[in-house]
Amino acid sequence: MFKQIAGASALMLAMASPVHAVDIAIVAELSGGGAPAGTQYRDGIMLAIEEINASGGILGEKIKVTQHDTQTDPQISKGLVTKAIDDGAYVIMGTVYSSSTVVNMFEAMNAGVPQIVGAEAPNITQKGNPYVFRTSYGAHRGVPSLTGYFRDTLKAKKVAVSWVNNEFGKGGHDVFVDEMKKAGIDVVADIPSEAGAADFAADVSRLKSAGADAVFVYLHEEESARFLKEAKKQGLKTPLVGEVTLTGQKVIDLAGDAANGAVAHVGLTAQANVKSIQDFGKKFSAKYGHETDHNGIKGYIGMWAVKYVTEMNGAFDQKKFADTMHGLCLDVNKHPNMLLTTCWDNDGEMARESFMVEVQNGKQVVTTTVAAAK
Amino acid sequence: MEQLIQVLLSGLATGSIYALAAIGFTLIWQAAQTVNFAQGEFVMLPAFFVLIGINFLGMPLWLAMLFGLALSVLILGVAFKRILVDPLLSHGGLSLIIATMAVAILMKELVKEFYSAEAQPYPALVPQGAWDLSGVIISLQDVSHLIICFIVIVGLTLFLDKTKVGRCMQAAAQNAAVAEILGVNVKRMILYTFVVNAVLATLASFLITPVYLAKFSSGEYLGLIAFIAAIVGGFNQVRGALAGGLLIGVLDNITATYITAEYRQAIPLLLLITVILFKPEGILGKPEGRAV
Repeated sequence: MFKQIAGASALMLAMASPVHAVDIAIVAELSGGGAPAGTQYRDGIMLAIEEINASGGILGEKIKVTQHDTQTDPQISKGLVTKAIDDGAYVIMGTVYSSSTVVNMFEAMNAGVPQIVGAEAPNITQKGNPYVFRTSYGAHRGVPSLTGYFRDTLKAKKVAVSWVNNEFGKGGHDVFVDEMKKAGIDVVADIPSEAGAADFAADVSRLKSAGADAVFVYLHEEESARFLKEAKKQGLKTPLVGEVTLTGQKVIDLAGDAANGAVAHVGLTAQANVKSIQDFGKKFSAKYGHETDHNGIKGYIGMWAVKYVTEMNGAFDQKKFADTMHGLCLDVNKHPNMLLTTCWDNDGEMARESFMVEVQNGKQVVTTTVAAAK
Repeated sequence: MEQLIQVLLSGLATGSIYALAAIGFTLIWQAAQTVNFAQGEFVMLPAFFVLIGINFLGMPLWLAMLFGLALSVLILGVAFKRILVDPLLSHGGLSLIIATMAVAILMKELVKEFYSAEAQPYPALVPQGAWDLSGVIISLQDVSHLIICFIVIVGLTLFLDKTKVGRCMQAAAQNAAVAEILGVNVKRMILYTFVVNAVLATLASFLITPVYLAKFSSGEYLGLIAFIAAIVGGFNQVRGALAGGLLIGVLDNITATYITAEYRQAIPLLLLITVILFKPEGILGKPEGRAV
């Protein structure tokens, strides 16, 4: 008799306090060439999740997160997005690499699952996918911000381009070459390299003999570090200018003082003279014991955007989530964890103020703030 | 002209490091009649031993390098030979080849899992500056690599040719049965060969890692290039491996600079196919016959 009462009581207690959770899937480059970006992105998301859960979750439900390592392989990333969808993910966070995102995003689109990506290739938001949303500029928004720098600050008449031959690199390269043409600046050397390339001796040698006034460097983080080290080794004195990756914290860590003097336009930087970003940087360092970079910030604001938008809707409705995001602006004064006021257009393209940075003594230093593109 | 000199120098410097790894292939082949497909990971791993010494044990660089060398000799030389090679050798070369592939995967995954999946910064061992000689920029790093590799390879050659132990190692490699009859401790000589390979791989690691960065996957490409270099140069000749390494280093750089950067990785493979078709023993190798 006693056992029956105890069993019934336990059952009633269990039914009275159900455990709810919202599933978030992180699908990111946690190993392979993309690990510097993917792990930072993941860490930013995890920090956000910790804060969101500590403040009660989303609509009262705690976030349950699963991590999936794409190994920086597009086909693996596609399979993992499918798995995340089958496992019931409400939103997919990632991927960061454009080469993976262009492959896997259609899985999420066909399933109607919103996907918050860190990828920057222009074509990601040009394929009519209503469920993909960026956390950073596409290259077609970011790279044109450099045109004035080349033309007016560096007064360059001839430039060279060193770029990675994949979706990310091609996107930035094509936009840059087009911009230089419009600005009347000759591209005198166009040097592609493969993702994961280790030896840049030949590339730097070609750049040195090209006679360019400046070099646009558009490589991934590890390759950027190897490039900078080789450039220093060969005494390449030409100004090196990049978009986002060239001056990332991971690049500075890997390249050491070879990174000094590199300049880039970045959508986000932990060194921005913005209190919210600096506070985030301190939180991140305290938790993980290393500094964040733009990928960490992307992951963080992406996750907080999920919370803000879901609570605006008042329901875990994936289609409504996507509809709300289109044309949305999250004002940082009302949504402080966005760190900067951020807007999305109907293609999922993002607009936000950005920065020109230079690496000085191993640190990113913000030299100019660039207003958000219209 | 200045560019060509710089490209040649850079190619020779990189090629000399490939040669160190390639010589390891030839030594293992001569000693155990097998191919060590973990050779690339043998070059990758010592760098992480050094990083463990620096980051976790608080050692200064010089001590961490000695620590890395000692661990490499023990694990990649002695343990590899005793635990893997000895039990499998009697089963034929193919079993051992497959086992080395498994060891390669194991080493990569261990580093990825227990150290990091990301590239790690690695301290430079040689000066980073450059000389400007009438417009030709001579990288001190390239010159240092060439000098160090030259000293090592000359030292190895002198050791093998001029010392008793070295000649015994060669005798054991050429004909183990006869060497044993003549009083050579063949098992010990084979062990020494594996230890020498571990030392060469460690040295290659110390030189190449500041350039390529320390990463769990960096052995894949290095191992492939070193293997190709050994075959192209001559798998049964130390000087063949040296020639193969230098040739590939220079060809790779010249191709990427003057012909195509996109297809540079195809050049070593094309060279491999050409050599196998027309001179299968390698450029400096000696044809071998076996009784069947």
